[in-house]
Amino acid sequence: MVITPEKTKQLAQLARLALFGDEAAEFAEQLSGILTYTQQIQSLNTEGTEPMIYPRATKTIMRDDVVVPSLSQEQALANAPQMQDGMFRVPRIIEEE
Amino acid sequence: MELYQKTAHELSGLLAKKEISARELTENVLAQIQKKDSELGAFITVTGERALETAQKVDELRAKGEKLGALAGIPLAVKDNICTEGIPTTCASKMLADFIPPYSATVMEKLSLLPLVGKANLDEFAMGSSTQSSAFHPTRNPHDPKRVPGGSSGGPAAAVASGEAIMALGTDTGGSIRQPAAFCGVVGLKPTYGRVSRFGAVAFASSLDQVGPIARDVEDAALLLEAIAGPDALDGTVSSKAVPDFRASLKSGVRGMKIGLPKEYLALELAPAVQEKLAQAREHLEAQGAQCVEVSLPRSQYAAAVYHLIASAEASSNLARFDGVRYGHRAENCPDTLTMYLQSRSEGFGPEVKLRIMLGTYALSADAYADFYQKAQKVRRLIADDFAHSFSQCDCLLLPTTSGLPPLLGQELEPRESYTADLCTVSANLAGLPALSLPSGMSEEGLPVGLQLVGNHFQEETLLKVAWTLEQCFGQVEVK
Repeated sequence: MVITPEKTKQLAQLARLALFGDEAAEFAEQLSGILTYTQQIQSLNTEGTEPMIYPRATKTIMRDDVVVPSLSQEQALANAPQMQDGMFRVPRIIEEE
Repeated sequence: MELYQKTAHELSGLLAKKEISARELTENVLAQIQKKDSELGAFITVTGERALETAQKVDELRAKGEKLGALAGIPLAVKDNICTEGIPTTCASKMLADFIPPYSATVMEKLSLLPLVGKANLDEFAMGSSTQSSAFHPTRNPHDPKRVPGGSSGGPAAAVASGEAIMALGTDTGGSIRQPAAFCGVVGLKPTYGRVSRFGAVAFASSLDQVGPIARDVEDAALLLEAIAGPDALDGTVSSKAVPDFRASLKSGVRGMKIGLPKEYLALELAPAVQEKLAQAREHLEAQGAQCVEVSLPRSQYAAAVYHLIASAEASSNLARFDGVRYGHRAENCPDTLTMYLQSRSEGFGPEVKLRIMLGTYALSADAYADFYQKAQKVRRLIADDFAHSFSQCDCLLLPTTSGLPPLLGQELEPRESYTADLCTVSANLAGLPALSLPSGMSEEGLPVGLQLVGNHFQEETLLKVAWTLEQCFGQVEVK
């Protein structure tokens, strides 16, 4: 199982990671190694086996829809890298005409 | 014997009888941190002042005759991926180096009368098994500072083993409580999935993560588990099952119990010290009236492969929240949002975290979903079925926690070795089962050896009872 540096760059872009220098080649080698190791499961017969998503059967727990105290605006913004006028500030999203 | 060397249940008695104060005890533990932590590096943040305030409060409440829980006043270390209001919670990552949570995890609310001495080191975002991938500094093993303490809860385990805390909280996604507990000579318990609230524990792999105790002895682990377990309106995955008094049956013995020895794990290449302790444990259990039976977990060899795919897939999704907008690191001078995401995440995450995010992204991609992610989920069920079958033949399983002893810092494992290193621990997370690592004496080189017990869902009482019986044979490891 070979993951090429090009494929690695594509995965990085999907995961919103930028790679620099030799990183694409280094990660490609590591990913190839791990994925080759995990391929052993493909020989197992799993016909008729349901995928197990949670370790225990769970049911959705409902609660009453009532207003409870939550974080204040000040608390919610306290860790923001940048803020302005009580809002999270981000770079321009819409291009100028 | 110094106070920092005693167990929580001994100290609890001394506190209740007012033979010592919580302040005196907390000062004793803080002095030990002062003395040891520049060498060991168990902590990322030491919170001495806050610990003394809590201790003072406990002493005042006690003086007023208030009825306090058994652990009130016992100095606690907490892994730095568990949120603590007003105290940095970094996940040992540059991404969260400046993050100060505006709320506390439910487990911290439940332990509010335990003086919090500090936030303990871990592998970045709990991804690793040596505490060397911390973005800040590695932690060293108190029994041999040239060696790793294990991970990812290496900081909490080293703190408890060295008297820098009396007990600690860790998190366990694939062995992150049990493996460092084994390497540091302390008790580590991963509770059943759904036993303990994870609200406020930073998510790594949500179908695997559990919060649990790291302690000096089995009785302490039982006390701490009881204090943190139980339903939580803020975490829908917690079971509404009643929390038993875990200490009640602790010393009731193992006569008539059946202990399963899974042959696939015993056939692994084990260090001679591990083999020797396993044999000793078996002999002791049989001498105490238990019956040891061979059982089989035929699909266990696939557990590490399944774990790496599922944990990475869930991590890639969970860690998508770190985008540089609401909290966490943001790269400077980004002209647009895409650049902001790319740069912030690349600067904030270390190489191990990036690797796992990309692995998970691959497993979840359209090309690979059926063959990797979904296939892993199907094999996960087969692994859980094997455990279910084994519990029709025995009350709990006995196996190694790790196949070997703690490696040297900086020692690179062969890739294949590192994937399979977790083989003994990951399967309990995949099946959601409770599992405990017990100190089982020392190797010839003076390094701790850990043995593991795995039980059926919500059977922590069984594990604690068998562990307590074995503890009478192996004794506690000396606090370094």
